[in-house]
Amino acid sequence: MGWLDVFRSEKKGSAQHAKERLQLVVAHRRSGHDDQPAYFPQLQQDLLAVLRKYVQVGDDAVQMEIEREGDLEVLELNITLPDSKH
Amino acid sequence: MAKIIVVTSGKGGVGKTTTAASFATGLAMRGNKTIVIDFDVGLRNLDLIMGCERRVVFDFINVIQGEANLKQAMIRDKRVENLYILAASQTRDKDALALEGVERTLNKLAEDFDYIVCDSPAGIETGAIMAMYFADEALVVTNPEVSSVRDSDRVLGMLSSKTKRAKEGADPVKEHLVVTRYAANRVGKGEMLSLSDINDILGIPLLGVIPESETVLNASNSGMPVALENNADAGHAYLDMVARFLGENRPMRFTEAKKGFLDRLMGR
Repeated sequence: MGWLDVFRSEKKGSAQHAKERLQLVVAHRRSGHDDQPAYFPQLQQDLLAVLRKYVQVGDDAVQMEIEREGDLEVLELNITLPDSKH
Repeated sequence: MAKIIVVTSGKGGVGKTTTAASFATGLAMRGNKTIVIDFDVGLRNLDLIMGCERRVVFDFINVIQGEANLKQAMIRDKRVENLYILAASQTRDKDALALEGVERTLNKLAEDFDYIVCDSPAGIETGAIMAMYFADEALVVTNPEVSSVRDSDRVLGMLSSKTKRAKEGADPVKEHLVVTRYAANRVGKGEMLSLSDINDILGIPLLGVIPESETVLNASNSGMPVALENNADAGHAYLDMVARFLGENRPMRFTEAKKGFLDRLMGR
């Protein structure tokens, strides 16, 4: 380290921050979550609300996937019910 | 059979048209018969950057719609042999581009040319998809800046899902990263994403780095592709990029900050 380094700023550059943020958004897109229709999150919330009229379920009880094959789109719903007590 | 290359980016204003113009110019300078096509229907600009705006009589849309033939619409560059331009229409809207018409025109050009360079419009709508649909290779133009990098990633997703090669399950479109407006001194200070940062994020091979340069604006002012500027870093960087594209091994230049007197004194 040169003696003049004392005058240099020790602050980490903003580029590092940019890189970390970009790595997150890019990973998110590449995982396929960006491909969902815009109404997906709301639909998921609505389904949860309906379910909760009848059973107590957690936030992750409704899993949804869109499968695309050619022109065909299939919405796959997977609802996990809590263990029922007899 | 011609090779079709799309110059794309998602984000606007990053240097797509500048890159398409200089890339096509560079290919032609090396003896390849090359045509560069403006896909930005309604917002044509390639003709201005190439300096042939006053010679446009018929355009790409006229050809697609059968109102003119290719010979009438192609503009031969007056400076570089083997270089042709096909302008976009300024009056039609972007829906005038239809996949089938674009394919017919590209097939016709492919009989005669070595390289067809498609200058994509910004965005991710019809025009951008048309420009990339038939591509064999893609230059993804990116600025070292967050919104540009993210949009480039989005475009990479489209190249691997919305192109003809993707739909037919052929070999994927070969992707090349072109970083423009690179300011090595700011990268040195940690203020700008570095080449390796962008590479880590996007994960595609780097074809060229074009330094931030006053020459680019000056060249566009006078309708001169930057690649024809003999005394400019940016021009040399574009010619290097073309040479790499053609298989030559050229080290990246203009990626280190120029050292000033103070830097030397301080041992930086």
